[in-house]
Amino acid sequence: MSLLQPKTLKPMSTSEAIAYAVKQANVDVIAAYPITPQTIIVERLSEYVNNGELDAEYIAVESEHSAMSACVAASLTGARVFTSTASQGLALMHEVLYIASSLRCPIVMAIANRALSAPINIHCDHSDMMGSRDAGWIQIFVENGQQAYDRIFQAFKLAEDEDILLPVGVNLDGFFLSHAVEGIATISDSEAAMFLPPRKAKYYIDSSMPMTFGAFALPDWYFEIKHQVVEAMEKVPKKLAEIEEIYYKMTGRRYGHVGAYKTDDAEVCLICAGSAAATAKFAVTSLREKGIKAGLLSIRLFRPFPAESILPHIKDVKALVVMDRAMSPGAPSAPIGQDIKTVLYDAGLNIPVANYVYGLGGRDISVAEFENIITKIIEDLKAGRPIERGVRYWGLRI
Amino acid sequence: MLVGEVKSIKELYGLDLIAPGHRACAGCGALVGVRQILMASKRPLIVVNATSCLEVTSTPYPQTMWKVPWVHLLFENAATAASGIEAALKVLSRKYGRQEHYIIAFGGDGGTFDIGIQALSGALERGHRFLYVCYDNEAYMNTGIQRSGATPLGAATTTSPVGTKIVGKTQQKKDLLEIVVAHRIPYAATASPSHWKDLVNKVRKAQSYDGPSFIHLIAPCTRGWYFDTSEAIKVARLAVETRYWPLYEVENGRYRITHPVPNPKPLEEFLKVQRRLSHLLLPENAEVLERLKAYVNERWERLQRLSACFA
Repeated sequence: MSLLQPKTLKPMSTSEAIAYAVKQANVDVIAAYPITPQTIIVERLSEYVNNGELDAEYIAVESEHSAMSACVAASLTGARVFTSTASQGLALMHEVLYIASSLRCPIVMAIANRALSAPINIHCDHSDMMGSRDAGWIQIFVENGQQAYDRIFQAFKLAEDEDILLPVGVNLDGFFLSHAVEGIATISDSEAAMFLPPRKAKYYIDSSMPMTFGAFALPDWYFEIKHQVVEAMEKVPKKLAEIEEIYYKMTGRRYGHVGAYKTDDAEVCLICAGSAAATAKFAVTSLREKGIKAGLLSIRLFRPFPAESILPHIKDVKALVVMDRAMSPGAPSAPIGQDIKTVLYDAGLNIPVANYVYGLGGRDISVAEFENIITKIIEDLKAGRPIERGVRYWGLRI
Repeated sequence: MLVGEVKSIKELYGLDLIAPGHRACAGCGALVGVRQILMASKRPLIVVNATSCLEVTSTPYPQTMWKVPWVHLLFENAATAASGIEAALKVLSRKYGRQEHYIIAFGGDGGTFDIGIQALSGALERGHRFLYVCYDNEAYMNTGIQRSGATPLGAATTTSPVGTKIVGKTQQKKDLLEIVVAHRIPYAATASPSHWKDLVNKVRKAQSYDGPSFIHLIAPCTRGWYFDTSEAIKVARLAVETRYWPLYEVENGRYRITHPVPNPKPLEEFLKVQRRLSHLLLPENAEVLERLKAYVNERWERLQRLSACFA
């Protein structure tokens, strides 16, 4: 069993790990446009194609709008399709993202999360993905290179499942992850081919069965067609769990919809997504050593929002800290904060939530800062002070 | 399927790829041209359509007029969608034995001259094998006759009305075909549904090349040009006979006027049959008329000189 064999780790940046996984996934078409910090992914893929290591068509398009447009068309033709982008690139794709999900294209896209202009900034936050949150894409956050590598295979298998047929975004924090090198345990090409055989599309563009894709739908049909995306989305949590089970048997690695750390008896649970989860884990460990009952819940599947997987971990805490790396100006909460509060409300729970926006434009957050945030909440609880509702901005100079 | 040059219209019988019952306006010039192009096309064929009159009137869900695989994504990306399909079929045929297809992308003038020109330029530069057809009705007809980069000087549209101070569009029409030719693609041509033989043979020539090709089709619009629904082909013919719409091709860089017009009718003949332009015949608009005539004449003379170079 490969599960029991020690793996040789290959040093790779997360970007290189993703490109390597995409190559092993034997994709047919890649259409992409360069943008920092995503570019390394498509540079490596170009090398694989030009060196004959990957038999695919690489379409070097003239914009991200065209990148996603070409991906949609290739996907409708029955190809396995990958692209990668970040920030303004994702924003420029915006209208095409909805076409991809509504025409049920199982595209996989790596998003090296980066702040949105203005001011122009190339560093990490989650504003780009949050801006396309409602486009009907499955969205997954990764916390390290290993997760990114593994999730690429799972993403294709999930996307191409006939019950799902939705595009998947694999979100990796720009620079914090995209450019970070770590040892990656890889699967063999034959394992990859076994886990992910060539795509078998049921419906595709071909004269053997002439079909009309992208028709004009009026009020009599539009709503029903759009709702099919919701129906597919609802099947994702179960399907992803099944796919992870197969992958786990092959690799011994499984990530779930959420990553829970010391949540069982936690008094205060911190919720975040992306690379910050790894930092927060150190903070929770440190606080536990001091006798403070802190816990951590990392959102790994963001769309669909896995309420059923989240609730057991947070229902008994005294307070929650939700950390958002994106803001929603004028909204009552930041994006993940809104979702968590909805989960609590629907469960009839009135647990106080401290919602912080942090780290915009790549501003780092440290272990000590996470400790301070949790400690402050614990102190408030002890002193009987109410937890401040609404959104606060961590690390902001005023 | 057709073989070689078309000589008789009888050769087109049975080649129709559009079903009856589409929702285009009575007397739509675009639909006539598109139908001719589809009849002419090599098979198997995939059609890509930009958001446009053609897209909206041909596919009211759950109905479709298309007897071939047909794809519509957005307004500005028909050329890119064609790129994606072409690349996908190339790799899928290589890896899994899928059948290759001919691809035709249709866009209106708004979707080609204006919002889609970047996607078109990218696709032409990358050299995908497909035929792009711009059916040009010289304004945004689908949204209600707004001026585009294709609208001629002086034309009245809903965003370039004939006012008391400004008379219609104040700019000349963009010379799209010359922009296309600058990409040095193997084949580019203008065409008119009134000259069906010229059009059909151009489609077949375009599809014989292993690379991008382009056809610029005049598509008279009864609603936007304001003429009787019985007159679309007559108006298209007048456009050719007045030299307003020169029929020419650029094959591997070589210019050729495919339909010489040695004795052109006065431009006024074309203008007077359509209310969007007939105000140019009023004495107070003489100066605008002169500028439009100069544009038409200079373009024709330039094409003649270029054709002579390669004769």
